[in-house]
Amino acid sequence: MSEYHLDIDNQFGLLFDASECIGCGNCYEACKKENDLPATNPSRLGLAGADKDFLKDHLSDKTYTVVEEYGDIYARKMCMHCLEPACASVCPVGAFEKTELGPVLYNADKCIGCRYCMQACPHNVPRYEWGSTSPRVRKCILCYDKLKKDGITACAEACPVEATISGKLPDLITEAKRRIKENPDKYYPHIYGLEETGGSNVIIISPVPFEQLGYSSKVPKQSMPTFTMQAMEKIPTVVSVGGIFLTGMYWLTKRKNQLAKEENGKGKG
Amino acid sequence: MQKSEVRSQKSEDRDQRSEIKGQVLKTGRHRNSQSEIRNLKLNGAKLSFWKIVAVFIAVVGVYSLFVRFTKGLGASTNLSDFVPWGLWIGIDFIGVGLAAAGFTIAATAHIFHNHKYESIARPAILSAYIGYMMVVALLVIDLGKPENFWHPLVMWNIHSVMFEITWCVICYSTILTIEFAPVVLEKYKFDKLLKIIKKITPAAVILGVLFSTLHQSSFGSLYLIVPAKVYPLWYSSFLPVHFFISCIAAGLSMIILSAYLCARAFKQGLNIRILSGLGKGVLAVLIIELVFKFVELYSTGKFSLLFAQTGETYFFWLEIFLGSVIPIWILANPKYKVNRTGLYFASISTISGFILNRMNVCVTSLVRSSGQSYSPSFEEVGITLFLILVSVLAFKFIVENFRVFEEKVHDEVEVSKEEIETKDLIFDK
Repeated sequence: MSEYHLDIDNQFGLLFDASECIGCGNCYEACKKENDLPATNPSRLGLAGADKDFLKDHLSDKTYTVVEEYGDIYARKMCMHCLEPACASVCPVGAFEKTELGPVLYNADKCIGCRYCMQACPHNVPRYEWGSTSPRVRKCILCYDKLKKDGITACAEACPVEATISGKLPDLITEAKRRIKENPDKYYPHIYGLEETGGSNVIIISPVPFEQLGYSSKVPKQSMPTFTMQAMEKIPTVVSVGGIFLTGMYWLTKRKNQLAKEENGKGKG
Repeated sequence: MQKSEVRSQKSEDRDQRSEIKGQVLKTGRHRNSQSEIRNLKLNGAKLSFWKIVAVFIAVVGVYSLFVRFTKGLGASTNLSDFVPWGLWIGIDFIGVGLAAAGFTIAATAHIFHNHKYESIARPAILSAYIGYMMVVALLVIDLGKPENFWHPLVMWNIHSVMFEITWCVICYSTILTIEFAPVVLEKYKFDKLLKIIKKITPAAVILGVLFSTLHQSSFGSLYLIVPAKVYPLWYSSFLPVHFFISCIAAGLSMIILSAYLCARAFKQGLNIRILSGLGKGVLAVLIIELVFKFVELYSTGKFSLLFAQTGETYFFWLEIFLGSVIPIWILANPKYKVNRTGLYFASISTISGFILNRMNVCVTSLVRSSGQSYSPSFEEVGITLFLILVSVLAFKFIVENFRVFEEKVHDEVEVSKEEIETKDLIFDK
């Protein structure tokens, strides 16, 4: 938490509280509507099925958030909007941008389609339009335009029980801590996303350990780009030392050969 | 000792033949006619079999490319949101790794002025050049938006390993062009340009070594950012170092193998002295890599994984045996290390282990965390084979039409075709 070294005071984020979530799916529908995404769950497509079969939907290029059922607990999955996003750091053309407002945005016009973002994401979030001949990476963008205008995301607006709330990140952290403190029996004492990947704009609290709700516990606590930087920062040294060494060897061996030749010449002469 | 014995056994007839052959080989044009004659002689089942295979691969490849570009990656590959990288990325790693001799041999010959290896500098650079062209083509085919392939040139993200690799590959391909240019220029007698190129060659070779060091290792760095996804047997904060060391052994082995294959295809002799020198290099690098790997596994507490009953363990051990244990055993054996069959099998084993290593890193190690297994689609395999075919044909065409092999060596280390067929020669050093 103390690792936050960006200006997060003005960044927006989301708090998801799995203890409060009733699995109504309003956030799921609101997300579809706000982002103009086609229906992907069987009942909405007019097929037979239970009312709540959106719970069986999964993240895809047409679905930016899902509500999953774990016994009687519901868990939302979406982009975590890391403070130092792996996707933005690995993208060779800078198609991802961590905005000052908080959302991590993607620019399809820059993208070359190498899919390193998908490989690198510690939360396995980015999805690809595999069926297209000019595919784009798709993921939650924290309702960037709406957030700028209204200061709230569509999912938070749609939530009837304040299981998902959006707001300034410091306020969300305070709120999460308050909820855990006031109801210690109701919560597992950890805020997911506070330290994971060095912190993210989406934070989650839950009644059970996060692994049980499909949130990876293997996610490193340090910011993801640092893993790469420890290698990248050695490049200048490798280049300069290597360059000097090779140039030196070039002159040395050349001179050595020359001397040997002269020696030979003398011997023969 | 043995050498002279063998030589004395040879009939004068052969000596004369090899002399004539030596003279003939000095000019490319003559060699062409020679290989033409050979082609005519090689009528029969074998030749047409390979022609049929080549045509088949070409048809499959063109069809696969058509599907890839008209229907997209989803229809033509088995990639998914959980396995975004597959066979093609693995082939890129393998192609670039096997092309590593381009910089190691160039450095040995042109920077360290070890003249012994000058004669294989050209084939090494040529195979590297073709290898890189193939990898670049495959990378572009693999891109979701191939029409945007030029974006890294103008849209920069200096924190991205992929960005660094892109630039290094572009720069190194340019350098390979400079290094290989003399072969083309001397044939068409562009003497002025040739002079300029010769002047900048040392600088180009040094830059080439630096660019190669960077991107060969950076292919390993690609996976540094996914510590939670890569199976621990392969994940290491030294991944870039592992990738760099292993590509040197693989690249040198590739040169041994291609020298062997070329000798057979173009009816040339094999310079065992050079090849066993390369074999020594391979041996040293393999030992360093093996020791480094196990010391690291031990010091990071992953030793128990070596005995865990998992698929990953088996793949890891297979990689170790093929890529390290077997070739080290062969190359350390005084009988085999100067023997063409020994060198041949050692290099095949090293290369197989290397291929397995790269596929393990980019496929096997990720199966568990992605929860999905992956095997390449028909189109993925088709396009891969097609590009390999094009590379082989390009290599063949250039070798036949330009002076790639400098045939200055037909002294005692030149082994005639007859000898190759009848028995293995073991030369004392």
